[in-house]
Amino acid sequence: MSATLVVAAVEDRAALAIESLSLSFGGVMALSGIDLTVAPGEIRAVIGPNGAGKSSLINVVSGLYRPDHGRVWLGGRSFAAVPTDRLAALGVARTFQNLALFKGLSVLDNVAVGLNHGFRAGVFAQIAGLPGARRERAAAQERAAAVLDFFHLTDMRDRLVGTLSYGVQKRVELARAVVARPRLLLLDEPMAGMTLTEKRELTGFIRAIRDELQATIVLIEHDIGVVMGLSDRVAVLDYGRLIGDGTPEAIRANQAVIDAYLGVAHDLEAGEGI
Amino acid sequence: MSDIAIKTGRRSLPGLSPQAFGVAALLAIAFGVVPLVGSEYLFDALLTPFLVLSLAGLGLNLLTGYTGQVSLGSSAFMAVGAYAACNLAFRLPGLPFLVDLVAAGVIAAAVGLVFGLPSLRLRGFYLAVSTLAAQFFVQWVFNKIGWFSNDSASGIVTPPPLSIAGIAVTSPVGRYLFTLSVVVAVTALVWRLVRSPTGSALIAVRDHETAARVIGIPVLRTKLLAFAVSSFVIGIAGVLWAFAYLRNVEPAGFNLDRSFQILFIVIIGGLASLRGAFLGAALIVIFPLGLARLGDALLGGLFDSGVLEMSQRVVLGLLIIVFLIAEPAGLSALVDRMTRRITPWITPWITAGRA
Repeated sequence: MSATLVVAAVEDRAALAIESLSLSFGGVMALSGIDLTVAPGEIRAVIGPNGAGKSSLINVVSGLYRPDHGRVWLGGRSFAAVPTDRLAALGVARTFQNLALFKGLSVLDNVAVGLNHGFRAGVFAQIAGLPGARRERAAAQERAAAVLDFFHLTDMRDRLVGTLSYGVQKRVELARAVVARPRLLLLDEPMAGMTLTEKRELTGFIRAIRDELQATIVLIEHDIGVVMGLSDRVAVLDYGRLIGDGTPEAIRANQAVIDAYLGVAHDLEAGEGI
Repeated sequence: MSDIAIKTGRRSLPGLSPQAFGVAALLAIAFGVVPLVGSEYLFDALLTPFLVLSLAGLGLNLLTGYTGQVSLGSSAFMAVGAYAACNLAFRLPGLPFLVDLVAAGVIAAAVGLVFGLPSLRLRGFYLAVSTLAAQFFVQWVFNKIGWFSNDSASGIVTPPPLSIAGIAVTSPVGRYLFTLSVVVAVTALVWRLVRSPTGSALIAVRDHETAARVIGIPVLRTKLLAFAVSSFVIGIAGVLWAFAYLRNVEPAGFNLDRSFQILFIVIIGGLASLRGAFLGAALIVIFPLGLARLGDALLGGLFDSGVLEMSQRVVLGLLIIVFLIAEPAGLSALVDRMTRRITPWITPWITAGRA
């Protein structure tokens, strides 16, 4: 009993805490015994080779996967399985590794629909155009427009997202994630497939999101250069286990991490000039 | 209506956009010119069924085009609307017809909600098959339970003559105008819905269910809402079919063929487009007549009704394949491309007209 209380006291101060989390798919362990605490306002990277369980971790935190064991703490509450339907209300937002935009909606509507969950007006009020519904909608559009401005997307607000380039779509997805001012933002490979310039720009955006929203950010990223420059702390996964957790400098010096991951990355660096 | 027309063009031009101008002009012609010049045949055989099928297509488009839930049970909801309105009219004769109309729509919505429940678990092909259950179950109920058809031996019910606010609507042009008014009113409501935040939610559920759930859209509720509203609109279409077009109701009139017809209207017209439902219905209604004329002119006596019906199916089938391959966005997209080409030519003309 007292142990739980102590844990609760610790987790209260964390934006996200993961407690002895395990997840398996038909006998294959995707995550085993993960403990991780993310402090408020922190940018925390999660790195690791392919198949290390990084995306699984984010999918558990956003409730898409139900873990076999362990708990997830969000904003001082603990869940055996995070309710995805309440994620937005809990102040958690995420992006997806593959684009997950609404192709049939304009850029503005893709972002504005991220505010739907806070609406009080029902569908009849919206059809009838009652004052409350109009006010909510106007406020949502205004907020969405401001976010588009922040991400330099204003010129494209009325375009269908399906017609935009990959890099721009990634930015729209980020805009949709932050429009509801989340306290915790989960980014699954936000830089994947981007050019160097786009990566640099996105790094700036992620820092700005943290500073402006005082949000906590957890990001999965492969580009070690980006990770080391951007994150406050780095967690390293390998075969579903947490093999390192600390500041970028500490991670650079961690022998287990070098063996599992960075060694490979250095080879790549020589070859590809990351 | 002008209110709606103006809002359509809020982004392009101050005042009337070409698109809004088009809608306003069409409405003016439909309400002001057609009733004066049309023939009885035009109203009863072409325009009224066209309008009713457009409305049914509109209803299905909300569900299939906007929300991405395929349904093969549309005519079942038409049947529910038609029988509900007939029974309300017979059993509660004191109620004004407009109340019957809305109540029948609400009953169809309730039935649609029930048959929408499988959509919470099933997707795509499996959901489509489960909506067939609605089709067969509803038809069976109306065949089997005499209470719904006033115990008529043939199962055919003749609804009481149409009467709005004490004024009997007996002429073909009257029925056309009534149908037109209802279709315009319901279309305006649907237009408001698809442009509202809830309309965005429908599309979000269609395009990426997981992402929609993550950003807090109640996916299950949104799907059920789509089923209910879609069935409401289709139910209203059923009432019009029974009271303004055929003026009798039988279960066989709402069979699977009719459900497919409505689905074809949506596919040919264009998914997720209000205009598409009207274009698709126009094609479906005019096409058999045009084919009959053409066959008659080319083949004369050889082209009897049997050949006509066969060739109709063949050509329609081909048409759907062609649309699915060449223009999945339907007639609506074709018209879009055409208007975009014409707009630069007529815009100055409209602007000059207003000045």
